[in-house]
Amino acid sequence: MSVSVRIPTILRTYTGGNAEVSGEGATLRDVLAKLDSDYPGIGARILDESGKIRRFVNVYVGEEDVRFVQGLDTPAPEGTQISIIPAVAGG
Amino acid sequence: MSLDFGPAVALSCRECGTRYPLGPSFACVECFGPLEAAYSFANVTRADIESGPANIWRYRSLLPVPVDVASKPNMNPGWTKLVKAGNLGRALGIKSLYVKDDSGNPTHSFKDRVVAIAVEAARNFGFHTLSCSSTGNLAGAVTAAAARAGLDACVFIPADLEQAKIAMARVFGGKLIGIDGTYDEVNRFCSELIGDPLGDKWGFVNVNLRPYYAEGSKTLAYEIAEQLGWRVPEQIVIPIASGSQLTKIDKGFKELIQLGLVEDRPYKVFGAQALGCSPVSAAYKAGHDVVQPVKPDTIAKSLAIGNPADGPYVLDIARRTGGAVEDVTDAEIVAAIKLLASTEGIFAETAGGVTVGVLKKLVETGQLDPEAETVVLNTGDGLKTLDAVADVTPTAVIRPSLDAFRATV
Repeated sequence: MSVSVRIPTILRTYTGGNAEVSGEGATLRDVLAKLDSDYPGIGARILDESGKIRRFVNVYVGEEDVRFVQGLDTPAPEGTQISIIPAVAGG
Repeated sequence: MSLDFGPAVALSCRECGTRYPLGPSFACVECFGPLEAAYSFANVTRADIESGPANIWRYRSLLPVPVDVASKPNMNPGWTKLVKAGNLGRALGIKSLYVKDDSGNPTHSFKDRVVAIAVEAARNFGFHTLSCSSTGNLAGAVTAAAARAGLDACVFIPADLEQAKIAMARVFGGKLIGIDGTYDEVNRFCSELIGDPLGDKWGFVNVNLRPYYAEGSKTLAYEIAEQLGWRVPEQIVIPIASGSQLTKIDKGFKELIQLGLVEDRPYKVFGAQALGCSPVSAAYKAGHDVVQPVKPDTIAKSLAIGNPADGPYVLDIARRTGGAVEDVTDAEIVAAIKLLASTEGIFAETAGGVTVGVLKKLVETGQLDPEAETVVLNTGDGLKTLDAVADVTPTAVIRPSLDAFRATV
């Protein structure tokens, strides 16, 4: 499954400055694993030591915050857009 | 161009402590944690502060702003009233109660405090446009401050906000964009706009200027302590939207203690949410240290953040200080607005109904000590959320005659 992944500014050092890269995988977990093999080190910025999404990262598959659905097991259908966003706004 | 942030010397990650130079950045490259201002304070005395202006700039030596901040065009917010609320205290059975009434700010909410700091950061970084994602109050505070500072403004809100908040945000000029979605969706949109050339040279007060902006809430702590005669209250009830205000009030109290400006004695911090958007209160009650996001459904729209970024810190603070996080229904919010108004002559917006309603519930459930000195926050003006009390009608409608009046009394 081919998807598009939006990269936040602070992670673009890994993607050569690209704001959007293509990814692959049946679930979010697979997409992030492939992302880390394409851009080594980026995975550890998004997931903590125990493999969970860091508490100050929001990940969206399509329009949905994955914490509302199946977390890392959220399916990533062909053509969907995945966004990784720092969770530090508000008010 | 050299940066001047007064006593602030760096940004520091609240999660992992990594330090960064002062700049328009907001998330830690290592762990995504929020960055906040780190200081090197000079010796600050009560006398220095007391000789300052009657606004937040009396605390400029504790804020990330240049020393001459008061001479620049800004809204000069703060130094709002701390009202001794004897009538409300008697109604609730609390011995010593105060209302910190932040509806007295220039655009009638506490948001003027945080925006004033963000404006100085925007000036420092040479930004031309001031922006934000907003649940309403912030939008008006930003467009007003931009007008006075001579900056452009473009603010983003959920399209279904209260009419008064839309009018308030529009009247000062600038662009107001309604987004068809919840606040959390507006927030996400703004976070993506920051990484795009469309948002170049824009200062989003609560995103890329957040490490500066958020510090403005410390001034609530400073003012409350100074107005009590340089004393930290024993208990305080604070509304929770993103959780930033509560977190920074705690930081403010801690700084006052560290600087020796107040006696070091314990205080309890209580957080207040509307049941229809209570992710932090739910996590508190369940004993969790992370917050599961929710989709908000409450009349307290200014607190309707379903994915509160500082929620984990609120949990830490409530537990550390021996406080709690509690929630109330929309009906309880409306009843509390009316109770505060009829006992103290203060017309609060729905967020003030949340804090007063939670205060009542905390006393009734024995979570708050009615013998201890307590401060409750009202962060906004009831005129902006009139719909909440829209069922109110005149006591009677009569002909203009004494007989008709006599018949009604």
